[in-house]
Amino acid sequence: MASVSLNQVSKSYGAVDIIRAVDLAIADGEFVVFVGPSGCGKSTLLRLIAGLVPVSSGDISIADEDMTEVPASKRGIAIVFQSYALYPHMTIARNIGFALETSGLGKPEIKAKVTDIARMLKIDHLLGRYPRQLSGGQRQRVAIGRALVRQPKVFLFDEPLSNLDTDLRAEMRVEIARLHEELGTTMVYVTHDQIEAMTLADRIVVLNEGRIEQIGTPQELYRQPANQFVAGFIGSPRMNFVAGALLGEKARGATTLGVRPEAIRLVPAEEAHVSGTLLRLEDLGHEHLAYVEIARDITWTVRLAAHPDRERGAMVGLGWAEEALYRFGTDGRAVA
Amino acid sequence: MTIAARRSSARYRWQRRARGFGLFVLLLLVLVYTLFPYYWAIVSSLRSGSALFSTSLVPSFDLTHYMALLQDPVFTGSIVNSLIVAGSTTLISLAVAVAAAYALGRLTFGGKKLMLMAILVVSIFPQIAVMSGMFELVRWFGLYNRIGSLILAYLIFTVPFTVWVLTSFMREFPRELEEAAIMDGCSHWRILTRVLLPLMGPALASTGLLAFILAWNEFLFALTFILSDENRTVPVAIGLISGNSRYEYPFGPVMAASIVVTLPLLALVLFFQRRIVSGLTAGAIKG
Ligand SMILES: Nc1ncnc2c1ncn2[C@@H]1O[C@H](COP(=O)(O)OP(=O)(O)O)[C@@H](O)[C@H]1O
Ligand SMILES: [Mg+2]
Repeated sequence: MASVSLNQVSKSYGAVDIIRAVDLAIADGEFVVFVGPSGCGKSTLLRLIAGLVPVSSGDISIADEDMTEVPASKRGIAIVFQSYALYPHMTIARNIGFALETSGLGKPEIKAKVTDIARMLKIDHLLGRYPRQLSGGQRQRVAIGRALVRQPKVFLFDEPLSNLDTDLRAEMRVEIARLHEELGTTMVYVTHDQIEAMTLADRIVVLNEGRIEQIGTPQELYRQPANQFVAGFIGSPRMNFVAGALLGEKARGATTLGVRPEAIRLVPAEEAHVSGTLLRLEDLGHEHLAYVEIARDITWTVRLAAHPDRERGAMVGLGWAEEALYRFGTDGRAVA
Repeated sequence: MTIAARRSSARYRWQRRARGFGLFVLLLLVLVYTLFPYYWAIVSSLRSGSALFSTSLVPSFDLTHYMALLQDPVFTGSIVNSLIVAGSTTLISLAVAVAAAYALGRLTFGGKKLMLMAILVVSIFPQIAVMSGMFELVRWFGLYNRIGSLILAYLIFTVPFTVWVLTSFMREFPRELEEAAIMDGCSHWRILTRVLLPLMGPALASTGLLAFILAWNEFLFALTFILSDENRTVPVAIGLISGNSRYEYPFGPVMAASIVVTLPLLALVLFFQRRIVSGLTAGAIKG
């Protein structure tokens, strides 16, 4: 159990800055999720915390101890990789116990610990097999087991569920949440998946081009995005944007306006804030997605609970509550 | 319409069979072209005297040449020498190459590209170009007329390609697997011996085999650096087999010797074949 804090951490490869002056304080036992577009440096930041790559500048401390120069295996951190990275030539039991074997622990102790962990993760019947004989979900559990066995103070996950199908992903998501509850260990979790981020996180860190755009609870990020990037990134389908000029005085001088798809209703033409042509309707069963072209090349997504009963190509009016409108300035920052 | 469809279906089936037959004939031609010389060598080695001039394709199982070879101490000695030379060359170059490839493929340090280029350039020089320099080196180490000179000389062409092949293998090794080992507390040595090496079996087998074959078949250095018969290796020993008179080419004995010295290579290839093939196809590393 430990807090993690990053102070002005930067990383560059040659002339390319990958991580730029990141400040971050993660509390003891907190579950923090990193999200951001592909290539923004999420994995790199995780590797910096783990000590797998050295920082270019800045300090990293864990449990209030400076760890900037401490080698990876001495930081009390375990990491679960996206590809699982199990040793293909070792049995599951050896995969899980390898760290203990390396540290010189005796065979009986290793066996006892491995059995405990395996039972906890419901993989005790697989201990004699090899990774290639396991399904994706089982390999994932083994990877978690291998991390658990070292009793780390901090757990890092790099997109652990991205190789699993939807059902398994939901199951493992619940499993990881349960694990966090039981162990109370600090966890840092990288994901692409909105649902994982929103459901698992105590706090979400939104990264973009190596910088932190915003840190906050899932609700804060959803309700009060600090800028247009975060507003567009959090929420699915993504927020609809339009230039302020198109809405006239309602823009109150903002450069860009945004409305979430779920905040929009279909309204009669005279009440509409904007109106446009219905391009396409998607029936998802529990909801309908309507795509409405409100101006040339600007298509908004609208989430509807019921079928709107309009034909394709019909003119529809869109309305929303005043507080559902987000305003952003020229620099993309949110304005009141 | 259905009739037309049926007719075209029949035509496609006929075409497929014709293609299959054509492919079979082509394969047969290639096989005959590549295997006939060996077959002819076997047939010739099993004949003696005037039977050698027969053009019949049927072997006659006359083992005279083989018996003579196995009773010739120079020839049997040369096989032992060749085994020692090729075996040591292979082991040493693999050991050197594994260490070098780990450094070149997995670690970051300055001048890495330059070093790889240098290694490649070394293997470009024709043998004859390095001969005189190598001769000096051999004399310097006092290895002239000893089989150690050949091991030293052969390393100059086996090490570059083993390093090159193993380096590209190490490079393609998944980064996360190595990182997992680092997180598990492994030193470089432990990563190399416990994680990388066990997964490198196929690469080691194929490059090692190639190195062994190169060393086994080498002629020029073997002819130059070895003076006396008891230190000769197989290719030179075969080259120096002489007939009863200087006007007779000892066709039968040479063929028999060639067949005998191919056997160890054949045995090695058969033994390692399964490992090599399974390594090529299994994707042993992934997940
Ligand atoms: N070892 C490296 N050398 C050079 N560039 C790297 C290296 N590792 C990562 N990068 C670069 O850093 C950027 C961020 O990578 P990464 O952290 O993996 O992104 P993410 O996980 O957010 O998709 C990418 O543009 C990638 O090309
Ligand atoms: Mg990544």
